[in-house]
Amino acid sequence: MSLYYVQKLLYQLNRDPHARARFDENFEGLLDDFDLTEEEKAALRAPDIGLLYVMGVNGQILMHYAALRGFEWDRYIQAMRDGLKLHGPVRAGLYLTTDGRGAV
Amino acid sequence: MPLVYAGICSHAPGITGRAERADPALRDPFCQHLRDMGDEIRAERPDALLVVAAEHFANFFMDNMPAYCMGMADYYDGPIEDPQWLGIEPQRVPGAASLAKRLIGRMMARIDLAYAQEWKFDHGIMVPLHFLTPAYDLPVIPANINCQGPPLTPPARAYEFGRALREACDAVEERIALVGTGGISHWPATPDSGKINESWDREFLSRWAANDRAALTAYSDEETWRDGGQGGFEIRTLIAVAGAAEGATGEIRYYAPIPIFAVGCTVGRMRI
Ligand SMILES: [Fe+2]
Repeated sequence: MSLYYVQKLLYQLNRDPHARARFDENFEGLLDDFDLTEEEKAALRAPDIGLLYVMGVNGQILMHYAALRGFEWDRYIQAMRDGLKLHGPVRAGLYLTTDGRGAV
Repeated sequence: MPLVYAGICSHAPGITGRAERADPALRDPFCQHLRDMGDEIRAERPDALLVVAAEHFANFFMDNMPAYCMGMADYYDGPIEDPQWLGIEPQRVPGAASLAKRLIGRMMARIDLAYAQEWKFDHGIMVPLHFLTPAYDLPVIPANINCQGPPLTPPARAYEFGRALREACDAVEERIALVGTGGISHWPATPDSGKINESWDREFLSRWAANDRAALTAYSDEETWRDGGQGGFEIRTLIAVAGAAEGATGEIRYYAPIPIFAVGCTVGRMRI
């Protein structure tokens, strides 16, 4: 479990043009820069937004990765709901669901 | 000069990013209140706008997370978000480095805080600026309270941060306007996005308008998380403004839950 480094990778990707260039040019190399499990690498690669949510990635970080990977808003919300169905409740962090019935 | 303005507003990214999906009957008056707030700020002829924000991992991460940080950079770029996603084009916002440095120095006599000479704005500051200073021409001094990565500074310390900020603003020559920006109850970036606890929000805002220090600083994180969601931790920014306006009361100019914006949309002003 290296949730910290999953989030650190996404944090850098969200704010740093150099990390973004590496994402475009050498995604596997970017993954290797961080201490990640195979499950985490696979979720980032896919991307499995629902699983990343269930792992406990802070929503303010994951929201932007979903957008970067082309998830428009409704699809992003749905991906988190699907993640809960497939992978069970959120495992860590603050971004748990309550009733899962928001605006969209 | 004594602080010339103190107010609060929301900053959710949906306000600009998903504007077209909101009910115009709620969205339009809310956005108008934000623009009016900008007019009121300009009427006070401020030299700088100090924004107490709750950023969301644009600059600060758990490798070195300050409870409080203030910017003293010459300029700030933003948004870090995709411009199309946020609905705000990239901007370079002028800073007020020398003023910020003096304020920070004064505040350190009373509280501990970090400073940063490099800082990128995310929606937490860009959304307010989009409405308050649409020309992005007023120098900004950003302040951040960690509301994302626990352990978090307790509300009583946020009030104290506001008091220290006020003392420093009053002591310098420049005219400073203060805006605190955060959500009240909300569950953003979860499948509950759009859920809003209106009665909890209204209770918080009545405590804020009364500037009831004891009631504002009584919230425990457990209570906030249960009733206000993880987004509710951002009340610290609003409490800091109450601290800066200690002795004054305020008024809520606008409040309405707008679910697609994922927050109870708020505009308020202290009568300082
Ligand atoms: Fe926020």
